[in-house]
Amino acid sequence: MSFKFSIEKLKQCLSKTKKSLFGKITEVVGLSKKIDQELLDKLEEVLLKGDVGVKATEKIIQDLKNGVKEEKIVEPQKIIDIMKEEILTILQNSQTSTKMLSQESNPLIIMIVGVNGTGKTTSIAKLAKLYSDQGKKVMVAACDTFRAAALEQLSIWAQRAGVDIVKSQPNQDPASVAFDAVKSALAKKIDVVIVDTAGRLHTKYNLMEELKKIKRVMGKSLEGAPQEVFLVLDATTGQNGISQAKMFDEAVGLTGIILAKLDGTAKGGIVIAIANELKIPVRYVGLGEKIDDLEEFDPKDFVEALFL
Amino acid sequence: MFAELSDRLESILKKLRGQGKLTENNIKEALKEIRRALLEADVNYKVVKDFISKVEEKSIGQEVLRSITPGQQVVKIVYDELTLILGKDSSVMKFSSSGPTVWMLAGLQGSGKTTACGKLASFYRKKGKSPFLIAADVQRPAAVEQLKILGKSLNLPVYSSKENPVKICQSGVAKAREEGLDLVIIDTAGRLHIDEKLMEELALIKKEVTPQEVVLVADSMTGQDAVNIALSFEERLGIDGIFLTKLDGDARGGAALSLRAVTGKPIKFVGTGEKLDDIEVFYPERMVSRILGMGDVVTLVEKAQEAISQEEAEKLEKRLREEQFSFKDFYSQLQQLKKMGSLDSILSMIPGIGGSLKGFSVDDKALVRVEAIINSMTEEERLKPQIIDGSRKKRIALGSGTDLQEVNRLLKQFFMMKKMIKDFNKMDLRKLKTMFKP
Ligand SMILES: Nc1nc2c(ncn2[C@@H]2O[C@H](COP(=O)(O)OP(=O)(O)OP(=O)(O)O)[C@@H](O)[C@H]2O)c(=O)[nH]1
Ligand SMILES: Nc1nc2c(ncn2[C@@H]2O[C@H](COP(=O)(O)OP(=O)(O)OP(=O)(O)O)[C@@H](O)[C@H]2O)c(=O)[nH]1
Ligand SMILES: [Mg+2]
Ligand SMILES: [Mg+2]
Repeated sequence: MSFKFSIEKLKQCLSKTKKSLFGKITEVVGLSKKIDQELLDKLEEVLLKGDVGVKATEKIIQDLKNGVKEEKIVEPQKIIDIMKEEILTILQNSQTSTKMLSQESNPLIIMIVGVNGTGKTTSIAKLAKLYSDQGKKVMVAACDTFRAAALEQLSIWAQRAGVDIVKSQPNQDPASVAFDAVKSALAKKIDVVIVDTAGRLHTKYNLMEELKKIKRVMGKSLEGAPQEVFLVLDATTGQNGISQAKMFDEAVGLTGIILAKLDGTAKGGIVIAIANELKIPVRYVGLGEKIDDLEEFDPKDFVEALFL
Repeated sequence: MFAELSDRLESILKKLRGQGKLTENNIKEALKEIRRALLEADVNYKVVKDFISKVEEKSIGQEVLRSITPGQQVVKIVYDELTLILGKDSSVMKFSSSGPTVWMLAGLQGSGKTTACGKLASFYRKKGKSPFLIAADVQRPAAVEQLKILGKSLNLPVYSSKENPVKICQSGVAKAREEGLDLVIIDTAGRLHIDEKLMEELALIKKEVTPQEVVLVADSMTGQDAVNIALSFEERLGIDGIFLTKLDGDARGGAALSLRAVTGKPIKFVGTGEKLDDIEVFYPERMVSRILGMGDVVTLVEKAQEAISQEEAEKLEKRLREEQFSFKDFYSQLQQLKKMGSLDSILSMIPGIGGSLKGFSVDDKALVRVEAIINSMTEEERLKPQIIDGSRKKRIALGSGTDLQEVNRLLKQFFMMKKMIKDFNKMDLRKLKTMFKP
């Protein structure tokens, strides 16, 4: 893949995270003389504060205990390596579970979904720029016909990214916009189509049905479309992220997650919980409001950066 | 989804049945489950820790109410305590005494500020205000357009200009004053709490337009970071209240507790949908049930309350059936009632009466006086109220600090109640049933 992954930038952003969260691991371990309950409690605290969630935290701590016992580890320092390894394993297990064959499809249709305000439209602009920079012909489709000024917002971004846009009328059936977009992409020999959808809570039956319909309609105009369905998750999200991932996956089959707003102080640990339970890979991270603030997610670098 | 708190608690509770006092030991497991539930609901780790130790402190040594388990009692303490924390102050919005009232909304990106502006405008217009919206978000693409569309749908004026946000707010407020509009609501750009420059901008706006309310708009799905966000906004800007959005989903909303705990500021409104009338004033009890697991706990607490009075109620029922109902029964019910704090629940347990009293609510202050009246009766009077004549009434009124009228009213009510019970007992239930058969 030709995306340049700037671990430096990620590190920069994560260093805040690191300092306030995982930085403490080093601190805690540094002070500990032996591996005892107190140390394990501290490690648990660090994970829970990072939104990793009760369940995944318990698993990590349990595995940690087992690892310590099996390998007869006595130095607290080593515990970091084991923990790193564990989190990495959880993340990697889900990274490999989906194939990225879709990159060869032409046109490649990417559908973007998620709850309200997570960063879908902005992430679309970033993705459009990314593909466009690779020399691909990109088009975005304004299938959010509900939110006030959603079209205007996407139009401005399309212009900034220098890509094509399929527009819509307020309250138009979003599925019809998606259908037109795919047709138009085929006619114009577009390489990548990125479909914006209205933010919706995963618990709303009608809105999830609408999403299914948008997907179905695209499949009708082009077999296999959309090849990618990305959930945009807000990095500040807590345990509800699991419910979001689960229900969007059930409805439209997720192929990946974009973790937006990781430039704040939130730890984004929810992706560890999601990986632990659902095996949906994280594909990109959003690191700001500007069009270049998107990085490809690499679990190894992610974990490295966390523990730097 | 989340394992149900009540299920998990039930199994622990069974083991604890029949112990007299809450001790460190018998509440340990219940507290552990509550801790877990709070963490799963995204209440911040530190906030949970402080809360649990407070509850523990409060619980230990408390006598376990009859017929309920220590665990159930702990849950009740937790429930009451959480309600107290979340609902301590009144959540009324502040208005200016002269000139237009100014409210300013701030928060992280995408939390729901612009939508909240529209909701508040719509809500307060219904209360007779003339809202005026100011679009001070020059950051996000089409943010001004978004607010304009919302304004248009509400048929309300929206102010925007090409100036910088501070200037926009200043001239916007001036315009509202000119036009005699009395409620100015400012929409600001979303920003990270660690963005020094943008936080400074907010502080400047606040300084220039001196709003009556600075509202932090926060997403109910927020995780552990809620404390950092709230703390920064409170320290850097100073907030007056919180607008909690997106509660129409299945987020447990533990962030509410974190926000409240670190800022001490009340949650004033909640957003329950994308539409502009999806706004509600904040109800602490609802939030507590939600954080602890969607209504389970309320049921549990109710169950606990019923359990306490079940025994009493059975005794009472027997007496009712035997038509021996006296002021003594009445009094013991009152005492029971006071412990539980809910009059309706106990009334609903009185056989044959509960149903017919639905929707009937009782004034708690009146209750105190009723209690005083009964207290001033002699034992004989309580058992045989028919002996209470004029001079006894006078004595009772004097002794209870009430008046003759009130004593009379209570007696009248008591005899009516007794008659009702009598009539009810005479009714042939089998005949009644056949009447309703198809
Ligand atoms: N700091 C930061 N802000 C972001 C990031 N991604 C998006 N945002 C901001 O988040 C807010 C919401 O972004 P949108 O792209 O409009 O979100 P959305 O999911 O399309 O929203 P709806 O369509 O209303 O559901 C905007 O203010 C964005 O500028 C990010 O990676 N970092
Ligand atoms: N379901 C639901 N959606 C909401 C609620 N409040 C706001 N939203 C949606 O959340 C998304 C973001 O809302 P905005 O009002 O644009 O958020 P904002 O804080 O102004 O965003 P920025 O200006 O980009 O920082 C939109 O899709 C809204 O429709 C709510 O209470 N429930
Ligand atoms: Mg959008
Ligand atoms: Mg806005």
